[in-house]
Amino acid sequence: MQTLSRAAMAARVAQDIPEGWYVNLGIGIPTMVADHVGADREVIFHSENGVLGMGPAPPADQIDPWLINAGKQHVTLLRGGAYVHHADSFAMIRGGHLDLCVLGAFEVAENGDIANWATSENDTAPAVGGAMDLAAGAKRLWVVMEHTTKDGRSKLARRCSYPLTAVGAVKRVFTNMAVLDILADGFHVVEMAEGLTREALMAATDAALHF
Amino acid sequence: MIDKRVQSMAEAMAGIADGATVLIGGFGSVGQPNALLEGLIEQGARDLICVANNAGTGHTGLARLMELGRVRRMICTFPRSVGSVVFEELYRAGNIELEIVPQGTLAERMRAAGAGIPAFYTATAAGTQLARGKEVREIGGRTYVLEHALPGDVALVEAWRADRWGNLTFRSSGRNFNPVMAMAGRLTIVQSQHMAELGELDPEGIGTPGIFVDRVLHVPCGDPTG
Repeated sequence: MQTLSRAAMAARVAQDIPEGWYVNLGIGIPTMVADHVGADREVIFHSENGVLGMGPAPPADQIDPWLINAGKQHVTLLRGGAYVHHADSFAMIRGGHLDLCVLGAFEVAENGDIANWATSENDTAPAVGGAMDLAAGAKRLWVVMEHTTKDGRSKLARRCSYPLTAVGAVKRVFTNMAVLDILADGFHVVEMAEGLTREALMAATDAALHF
Repeated sequence: MIDKRVQSMAEAMAGIADGATVLIGGFGSVGQPNALLEGLIEQGARDLICVANNAGTGHTGLARLMELGRVRRMICTFPRSVGSVVFEELYRAGNIELEIVPQGTLAERMRAAGAGIPAFYTATAAGTQLARGKEVREIGGRTYVLEHALPGDVALVEAWRADRWGNLTFRSSGRNFNPVMAMAGRLTIVQSQHMAELGELDPEGIGTPGIFVDRVLHVPCGDPTG
């Protein structure tokens, strides 16, 4: 069985983003999605710190020290891009103006709950950033993540065990093993990695799967 | 003649009282009013409540203010970042209070304060531990959390250009929290990279109009680093 690499997962997400969408990408694999949206499609990327129309990282000799993304990496602004302040930037998020947000997660539950900001109730200095705004505010929330933790536990769950980021927000999950939609009755498998059997996918998943 | 320019850091910091709530602009290393934070360290006010996206890095600016034991409470979204060693040590030792606020809720709490709105409902954080103890209300079938405005006694802001009326422009992503903090501060103090003559700033491009600004100090500190 061949599971997807991080880059392949990012590319798979990119495949589902149509032209014209306004999209916010979280840190990690989600950030890599932008590299896989071809030049044939105009997709506008938003960054929480007030950048709409964000472009790729600049070459080292063309860095603008004033232009960073939410992950505090240097980025560029595309022609047609705009800068806004934080309240306007989050009005775009919270007001339902973003077509899509793609986040990573610790866990996603079959009822669409997402946990991606804290691993315990009493975390050392918990840090939430914009995750709760994005999860609750975007028109749709997709998650891209490994199917299991490093020690083999399913990240798809009946109910999240970690503190929630948002309730019932996730619509689609992309993992290294499968693409799944979350409908009223739980996870529906849309596609599986090549060579993967239903049995193997079910064995790796701590929630019911509909095929 | 209206002239909000001040000539010294001491003048800029005058009147900041112990126990003040201090709103601090910036996101990451960009748009941080670092010179004003150094000025606040020098000025001596203590028992402060500081509001910012991050909780300082290294041992300068906000981190130094905390290290000196001058910050009672930190209200922020993301205290854990590369180099936030001072905050994390204080927090572990129980020597600083922390209020974690989702980033959009934080920005909106200041915007609301600046706009005379005492509280507002938001879907952000509904059903999570950050909504615990807060009033919730169902509107149109969705659950919302009541969040209160967060005015500051003082706002510290970094601008790109400023004139003597306190009109400000910002540079690319250096805008971030700065205009929001400016409108929520009872005393808004600005450090500006460049000064402009009145009328020189394009009225269409002013990010914060002078009505939200009380003092402007010219601090040509150069590009952000880190």
